Amino acid sequence: MNRGMISSKELSLIAQDLRGSIIEMITEAKSGHPGGSLSCIDLLTALWFSEMKGVESPSQLSKDRDRFVLSKGHGVPSLYAILARKGFLEKSELMTLRKTGSKLQGHPDRVRMPIVEASTGSLGQGLSVAQGIAMGIKLDGKKERVFCLLGDGEIQEGQIWESAMSASKFKLSNLCAILDANGGQIDGPVSQVMPIEPIADKWKAFGWHVIEIDGHDMTQIQKAYAEFEKLHQSGSEKPVFILARTVKGKGVSFMEGKIEWHGVAPKPDEQTKALAEIQAQTQKIKGAN
Amino acid sequence: MSTPNLKPVKSTRQAFGESLVAWGEKNQNIVVLDADLAKSTKSELFMKKFPNRFFEMGISEANMIGAAAGLSFTGKLPFLCSFGCFLTGRYDTIRLSVAYSQANVRLVGTHAGVGIGDDGHSQMGLEDISLMRALPTMGVFQPMDARETELIMDYLVKDWTGPAYLRLTRQNLPNLMPEGTKWEATKIQLIQKGAEAKKKVVAFASGAGTTEAMGAIELLAQSGVSLSVYNVHSLKPFDSAGVTKAIQGADLVISVEDHSVIGGLGSCIAETMAHLTTHPRLVMYGVQDLFGESGEGEELLEKFGISAKAVTRGVMKELGLS
Repeated sequence: MNRGMISSKELSLIAQDLRGSIIEMITEAKSGHPGGSLSCIDLLTALWFSEMKGVESPSQLSKDRDRFVLSKGHGVPSLYAILARKGFLEKSELMTLRKTGSKLQGHPDRVRMPIVEASTGSLGQGLSVAQGIAMGIKLDGKKERVFCLLGDGEIQEGQIWESAMSASKFKLSNLCAILDANGGQIDGPVSQVMPIEPIADKWKAFGWHVIEIDGHDMTQIQKAYAEFEKLHQSGSEKPVFILARTVKGKGVSFMEGKIEWHGVAPKPDEQTKALAEIQAQTQKIKGAN
Repeated sequence: MSTPNLKPVKSTRQAFGESLVAWGEKNQNIVVLDADLAKSTKSELFMKKFPNRFFEMGISEANMIGAAAGLSFTGKLPFLCSFGCFLTGRYDTIRLSVAYSQANVRLVGTHAGVGIGDDGHSQMGLEDISLMRALPTMGVFQPMDARETELIMDYLVKDWTGPAYLRLTRQNLPNLMPEGTKWEATKIQLIQKGAEAKKKVVAFASGAGTTEAMGAIELLAQSGVSLSVYNVHSLKPFDSAGVTKAIQGADLVISVEDHSVIGGLGSCIAETMAHLTTHPRLVMYGVQDLFGESGEGEELLEKFGISAKAVTRGVMKELGLS
């Protein structure tokens, strides 16, 4: 499926490149969260490279841009990789992640890096901020949209449900929450740490339009964003919730589905192995029709 | 300066609500959020006048704080209102979504101190100054009367950028602003100079505490003690230079506040005085590491040792006059 100028195959290739950047910067930093950065990168690649308007490049950054809030702040290497590829950061800056004096903080920081719309990292807060931005845009009678990426462990926070209630009350059809449901959190599987299912039913009950997808299938991801845009344009009064089923550590076989890779950096030899796998997958995508 | 009439006339929350409406006319960027306490915080005055710019957030303070931050990122100037204890109780949200984010947000906490009376412990903001003061870049302001509330509101709308906390009373307070003196937003203000006397005491007071300090002047004068009262409406930024100058030659320095002495005005004074090689003794009148309780407001001020009479008794004892 083509949306805008870019095909799902091209998006998948960009996502592979970004996976490499994520692995490299976390390895160099010797700390960070590879599992949750890799699980959301397909969702964010489609968002930043084909869906969001006004953020094409630093020179085309618009005051009336679509906004993105990374509520699951620990996934920030994925955002830095995107910003570097788009020219908002120098590629070499990625290697300063988490180092003293770097603007690439361990969690998003809007003061040090204004393209980051909200400072996050204490879970459960980003959706409220995204909602406030959506309220401000709506109050001004403008059409920009606000996207917010949540983690599935994150929705155990009570504040999430406060914002779930009020986004619906204020009819924020310009707000799209995306759940990176990778099923894992630090202390174990989400289903054991604190069960959150049935997720779709809960958000429906809170008044959201829910779309459930495979969060690694570019075509499904693009379709979901298109559905949100269509609803927004057509005067829907509901905020949209994209429930994206994902795999923690997606794209690196020895990390996939492993809770242990939530917040551990690869060693140099693991990096080599991971990058080789990513490269091989890239070739496979290139070869496919 | 003649001693002002200490008859309570208006609460600072009421003055805030009125100022908010006045500013709402002039500044279209002002938006107001409340968490089901609009009648009590007086933000309902704004709600009635500008319903499109008022957001009723329900009983969910954390979400209100985050939403206000988001609104500020679109160029709005949000005032978010609740009781001080409920608002500052959502500390981590204020810390990250507002303070760390440098959100241009005005947090308004009403129902300050034991002076609220009957509702008791759970509704009294007693640690809010302390909590907000600890956050980098957060301004903390507390008016002593209605007129000063207007002045602080003017400053917070026109001149302040970044996060700020405004602490207000439920109960009425007298008009204490002296005529014709200079008021500066981040400086202490001498509102009553002590008469010539054998013993010289300097009081720093804030919010409802200023009324009590003013009430102690006459009681102490009867025993030959001179009390100068400085009002401290800006707890942060804190006017350390002003305090350092004001305490020169004092036999005793006191602080009077309807707030915990841990981290409140008393602590601000102590932090300044600790830098000086020599300084007078400091005695802090405020809530002494205790929770609040139900009762009549004035009785509670007496019980917690903040009333004019309690301050007078305390000072007499400190000076060896009783």
